[in-house]
Amino acid sequence: MGPSLTFKTGVRDVLPTVFGYIGVGLAFGIVAHTSHLSLLVVAGLSFIVYAGSAQFIITSMLLLHDPLSAIFISTFLVNSRMILMSTSLAQYFKHESLLRNLLIGTLVTDETFALAMNKQNKTQGRLSFAWQSAANLVAYLVWGVATVIGAMLGGLIADPTRLGFDFALTAMFIGLVYLQLISDKHLGMSLQLTVMVFVALAYYFLIGVMSQNFALMIATVAGCLFGMELKKCR
Amino acid sequence: MSISLTELWVILGCGAITVLSRVLPFAFVKSLNMPDWLISFLSFVPITIMTALCCESLFVAHAGHLATLNVANCLAAIPATLAGILTKSLLMVVVVGIMAMAVLRYFAIGG
Repeated sequence: MGPSLTFKTGVRDVLPTVFGYIGVGLAFGIVAHTSHLSLLVVAGLSFIVYAGSAQFIITSMLLLHDPLSAIFISTFLVNSRMILMSTSLAQYFKHESLLRNLLIGTLVTDETFALAMNKQNKTQGRLSFAWQSAANLVAYLVWGVATVIGAMLGGLIADPTRLGFDFALTAMFIGLVYLQLISDKHLGMSLQLTVMVFVALAYYFLIGVMSQNFALMIATVAGCLFGMELKKCR
Repeated sequence: MSISLTELWVILGCGAITVLSRVLPFAFVKSLNMPDWLISFLSFVPITIMTALCCESLFVAHAGHLATLNVANCLAAIPATLAGILTKSLLMVVVVGIMAMAVLRYFAIGG
């Protein structure tokens, strides 16, 4: 990943993450197919809701005939981390018009956010509308198409996890967190490592007593507060 | 190709909830000057969220009990991390990770 911020570079930079989208997207399509969702519903979920983990949860709640209100609340909780990520990412686009900010915000995901944070380490803290839009659009299209293909293949593939594609997403986050660790010069390696250990421990203890989504949010917020205090002490 | 009324409401409602969670912060940040403490807080969001997302796949939750490790994911994470350290390439981390997981599944290691 170099310092260039053109649309073309954005497409190139997002390519490694595409594996994760294809693997999980196919898996989602297959799960949705076996949960009796039609292609139209799968496409609607992927292109309108566009929220990886929330889509899995919505699918299982639809299957269980849960009330609409419960589905809405779950979706909000799973996606509440988007509020943190968007607030963080938005700082890089303050100089752009409101419309461009809203366009970027509409398609932000865990992956494109993490990618952007890695990118700005290479560009002295700058990001561009063209670069971010390229990453967002490629991710959006690949995700939508992969889920629809997964739903069409449905019954044909017995076990998509056998080839290890489900691990692509985890591997991607491991790669992104490592690259973040070694390249964020503002925070430095030792401070970041301490915060990582804190978050991992917090998450480990929290998931015993609350849902994974709550644990993820609380561990993240607690990690940020811990990091702030630690930075002040140094 | 069919869609029930409930499914339509779920798609539109959840779509609205998701897009608002994503877009409103951009509108706020654009129109407000953020205090220093908030900027400092947000500077830790990338590393904390990415760490928590990794932990989500490395731990298995058991309600009321301590979590256990997802052995297969933890094992595959080792070569993936090594690939990152050696190549500093995201693509290599993903490719090595997928291959490691395929090998683990082939030999039925880690459940």
